[in-house]
Amino acid sequence: MGEIDRASPEILKELEALRKANAELLSEISALQKQLQGTVEMSSKPICIDGPNAISLEHNTKFFSQTQHILYGSSSVQESVAPSEAKLEVGSKARANINEETPNSQGISVAHLENDWIYEDVGGCIRKSMGNCERLHNLDPYTISRYSRQLLVPAFGVKGQENLLKSSILIIGAGGLGSPAALYLAAAGVGCLGLVDHDVVELDNLHRQVIHTEGAVGETKVKSAAAACRAINSFLKVNEHYSGLQASNAVNIISKYDIIVDATDNLPTRYLINDACVVMGKPLVSGAALGTEGQLTVYHHDDGPCYRCIFPVPPPPDACQSCSDAGVLGVVPGIIGCLQALEAIKLASGTGEPLSSRLLILDALTTSVQKVKLRGRNHSCIVCGDAPQLSRENLHQFDYEAFTSSLMSDKIPQRKQMLPLSYGVSCKEYKRRCEEGELHVLLDVRDAHQYAISALPNSVNVPFSQLKERVPQIQDLAKGIDLEVEEAYPTEVLAQSLRPIYVICRRGHDSQKTVQFLRSNGFPDTFDIVGGLECWTREVDHHFPKY
Amino acid sequence: MTSASIESIETAKGAGFENHRIRVSVLMFAKARELAGLSEVSLEVDEGATTADCLKILVSTYDKLQSITESMVLALNHDYVENPVVVNDGDELALIPPISGG
Ligand SMILES: [Zn+2]
Repeated sequence: MGEIDRASPEILKELEALRKANAELLSEISALQKQLQGTVEMSSKPICIDGPNAISLEHNTKFFSQTQHILYGSSSVQESVAPSEAKLEVGSKARANINEETPNSQGISVAHLENDWIYEDVGGCIRKSMGNCERLHNLDPYTISRYSRQLLVPAFGVKGQENLLKSSILIIGAGGLGSPAALYLAAAGVGCLGLVDHDVVELDNLHRQVIHTEGAVGETKVKSAAAACRAINSFLKVNEHYSGLQASNAVNIISKYDIIVDATDNLPTRYLINDACVVMGKPLVSGAALGTEGQLTVYHHDDGPCYRCIFPVPPPPDACQSCSDAGVLGVVPGIIGCLQALEAIKLASGTGEPLSSRLLILDALTTSVQKVKLRGRNHSCIVCGDAPQLSRENLHQFDYEAFTSSLMSDKIPQRKQMLPLSYGVSCKEYKRRCEEGELHVLLDVRDAHQYAISALPNSVNVPFSQLKERVPQIQDLAKGIDLEVEEAYPTEVLAQSLRPIYVICRRGHDSQKTVQFLRSNGFPDTFDIVGGLECWTREVDHHFPKY
Repeated sequence: MTSASIESIETAKGAGFENHRIRVSVLMFAKARELAGLSEVSLEVDEGATTADCLKILVSTYDKLQSITESMVLALNHDYVENPVVVNDGDELALIPPISGG
């Protein structure tokens, strides 16, 4: 309020005028409501203006003030009750009940509207539209009003909106990319939205998965995202695919939609989606984000390349990190997800030039966006080439996880025991040895920026990537000496008395590699703390921060 | 990671001839940036060198890049490089591995 106090008198005046107008409007509406209640049997207190979910009046004063007509829920409250220029617009539900003699003030006949709805099957979704009018298009007044700001865009217009309303779009992944994509596509007025995900909403994903709320933590992402989309647009048909996308169901699910949005978080699923789109002839809007970088392109459209044309050889598994491993700045997938919605809208509506055969690269650190021209379709591509090896019949047999050596999930793979068991100690055992007062060195081999998040007391941070260079330091630590007091001990004694080294990391992978390295480089008394800090939190100290 | 730093690589001149030297600026993205430890590097090569020569020098300087050379987009002046092409002074070469996160 402090800011308003300091505002200029003109603005305050304007604000006051707006407040007055708003109050007048509200009283108008409540008068109207009373009249309606007197003459019409209201099903609920708020007037249902449209869609399966009634929209209450008090939250939609702006909408009412901008619309020009009221079509009443019953013929018995005709024109007589309209108090002023501001009239109500009533959508499908009420309109379907309108008496056949009811014309609206534009003179467009709304008779027999119950029977005039056209039910179209759009990719398995039923889409209601109006017909039998002397109109140039099929947009009913509510739809015109709702999407008016898009209709006003010359490049989009009525045709674009009509096409969009008929389209069905599948979003695979309801996470960082899928969240904004779904929100914008729902709001923009696509006919049918399919959502695929098998995960549940997690607290550590909320920073980027903006479609989900704190209250949805633990719920399936699809359920949470579908509810959010329906809340935005009650006309939207939402299909919920809870099982996630697998080689066994991909062709079937993808076949039901016009346009596919790849908003997944892992490499094998990206190849699977690509292949299924190619064999089913669907354009694929592909987005990806990690850290501070994003990528976007449209595959298999207009004789452009597919994902396999560009990346026939998958990168090694450790070259494609997940957000849970490498982190991601939430707004980066947000931007890419929005761009995916944009490309999908362009494809669905026939607007502009989709980003085919070009790759957009976002570098958030420098706020630079580059577009790189890609190759055309590769004629020897195994899925979109001239003699394809993959088809809709055999695609389900392809082992995508083996092909990419990674899992169809961004979950961290189970820790692999690489060392002999005797080289490791459990977190509990390490804690016991500490309590016994054993002199030792605790090496934490995570990267410095991870070490800065949380670390055990008395640990020394030697990032795994710097291990080789820092052997001398480790040697000093194991000797239990500070450089200042080194002279006090004869070196041969020091060499005999290396303290044991315990190595810890986030999840127990790099620590094992470190133990292996140190044991073969003069530190035989080196042990892995099995399972790393995540295990420490689980088994020893529940308050130790997990990230 | 030193994303802002620009390093410079100068390679030995071809023996015998007094070759003209040209400079190519190399942009690293995603995993390439991480493996090389920088986002941009200025490369000095003999006139007539190709994109493949540039890549060879890069891999020999930043050996960790080797693991991803098969799986990335190589773009010269924002244009996809399918077969090696000759680079010119002032060209921009981009190494773009795929990212898969979301
Ligand atoms: Zn292809």
